[in-house]
Amino acid sequence: MMSQQSTAKVSLAVEIAGLRMKNPVMPASGTFGYGEEFAPYLDLNRLGAIVTKGLSLRPKAGNPTPRICETVSGMLNAIGLQNVGVDAFIEHKMPFLREINTPVIANFFGNTLEEYGEVARRLNDIPELAAVELNISCPNVKQGGIVFGTDPQAAHQAVDVVRKNLDKPLIVKLTPNVTDITVIARAVADAGADAVSCINTLTGMSIDVRRRKPRIANRTGGLSGPAIRPIAVRMVHQVVQAVDIPVIGVGGISSAEDALEFLIAGAQAVQVGTANFVDPDAMQQVIDGLERFCIEERIADIRELIGSLEV
Amino acid sequence: MSNFKTRILANQEISPGYWRMRIQAPGAVADCRAGQFLMFRVQLSLLPLLRRPFGIFRTGFQPSDVDGLPPVEYLEILYKVVGQGTAMMSELHHGDRVEILGPLGRGFDGGEPGRRKILVGGGIGLVPLYMLAEQLVGGNEVRLLMGGRTRDDIIVVTEFERLGVQTYVSTEDGSLGDRGLVTAVLQQQLDTDPDADVFACGPLPMLEAVHDICRQRQVPLQVSLEALMACGVGACLGCVVKGVGHSETSPRFLCTCKEGPVFRAEQLAWDRLDRTEGTCEGCK
Repeated sequence: MMSQQSTAKVSLAVEIAGLRMKNPVMPASGTFGYGEEFAPYLDLNRLGAIVTKGLSLRPKAGNPTPRICETVSGMLNAIGLQNVGVDAFIEHKMPFLREINTPVIANFFGNTLEEYGEVARRLNDIPELAAVELNISCPNVKQGGIVFGTDPQAAHQAVDVVRKNLDKPLIVKLTPNVTDITVIARAVADAGADAVSCINTLTGMSIDVRRRKPRIANRTGGLSGPAIRPIAVRMVHQVVQAVDIPVIGVGGISSAEDALEFLIAGAQAVQVGTANFVDPDAMQQVIDGLERFCIEERIADIRELIGSLEV
Repeated sequence: MSNFKTRILANQEISPGYWRMRIQAPGAVADCRAGQFLMFRVQLSLLPLLRRPFGIFRTGFQPSDVDGLPPVEYLEILYKVVGQGTAMMSELHHGDRVEILGPLGRGFDGGEPGRRKILVGGGIGLVPLYMLAEQLVGGNEVRLLMGGRTRDDIIVVTEFERLGVQTYVSTEDGSLGDRGLVTAVLQQQLDTDPDADVFACGPLPMLEAVHDICRQRQVPLQVSLEALMACGVGACLGCVVKGVGHSETSPRFLCTCKEGPVFRAEQLAWDRLDRTEGTCEGCK
């Protein structure tokens, strides 16, 4: 499909917790399905990694509709972690992902500590999975998710349980809906996380003034898209200084320049989310743009840019 | 067609609030099936951020502006201005650049050959029925039952007539055609002769009524649904509808974008569909 000419000039390769990637660009969980949905629109082999929709022990129905609405430079969603469940993922989704020459990262969550442990155990048994990303930060479900992500002790416990059941690299996705994200970042690093991704969506709300009703059925949802990028960059900057483990930057990235903000702030890699909905080949454009930037700036290895912020 | 930048060939208001846009689209005639839709990016900036879904109205060729050049292949969408995105669309002109992702989704199945076909359209819901009519008129008797609140909601009916479709118009205020609901016309026609395939697109309450009428008479029904969606390719899960047999513990959600937008009536959990009326800008 897509040619890879001129990649020899610039190295975009990065490594996070032993996970080697061709470039630092991967999708944010929940914005890229299980990969196959996007195969007609971009070459999955060109991505740094693929991150799946969040998986749970059992299939999950998710929230009633409307589940999404557009806001200024962003969108609210309250999908409610609808997913096929970890066993169906292994049976029906992994066969496709196995054939792709890109590391696969399975995102997952639980309702209880036991469930976190059990899903981790099942994912650990899939040899083709390169890493897992632990979601302790979904704002749209009552149990699980954010309950673990907003309290340092609960976050520590969840990571601890997962760590005991997992040999693969463990990325923990953090919520911005806290007073001080560095407290949570330190807690999960202490519990054995190999990396953190920040940030998940910010809790928001939008109202249809004519109907006097919330625009999404769940009332509140997670705000994503370009609107949240400055907050995400700030939080990545803070977390990079607070912990020694690698940070993956995520929040409102839709271009190479957006991605560069995070890399320069110290993120080792980035996730592209809402932009995948707007443009199914958004990540391809980000990767191409990063390469162009490096050529223009005479940078041979993109790692030279990571943490190059001057203050 | 797939994901491509193109230009607008024409954009006109055809009835108060209703617009018709013609877009250059190489490959559209061969690629687009009746009932499919596209995702339309209003402009290449952050406002509006998301693409809007629109049913494909028709495809064709028009003569080139330049003598000696081959005809230009196009597709058309019809849209109603109801929100910010569609208001911005109505400001676009011939030559403006836009971005299209499509054709997407599953379209209509033509039903049993030779049997009478009844198409039921409510307002802007008429859009995906035109290409279906084009496809069906050869070997079937095709009727269009078109309904709206007022005469302003009755659009492009004459184009169906030109195809050889028998059209029946009804408006709630009686300003054009019969006074009343389009579903009353459907009921009447099926009571006279229930041997038909029914295809419907329009607001959910209309589709529910059509479904009841068809179910009672065991008439095969296909419906085209509209939904809010961000991606159009089955990833965002914003546009899901409950499939038959759905439950909390054994979810059976169908993506309107991928498994639809056209569904056979028996695929859907009609008694458990969510009401999203008044929130949808597109017609899918």
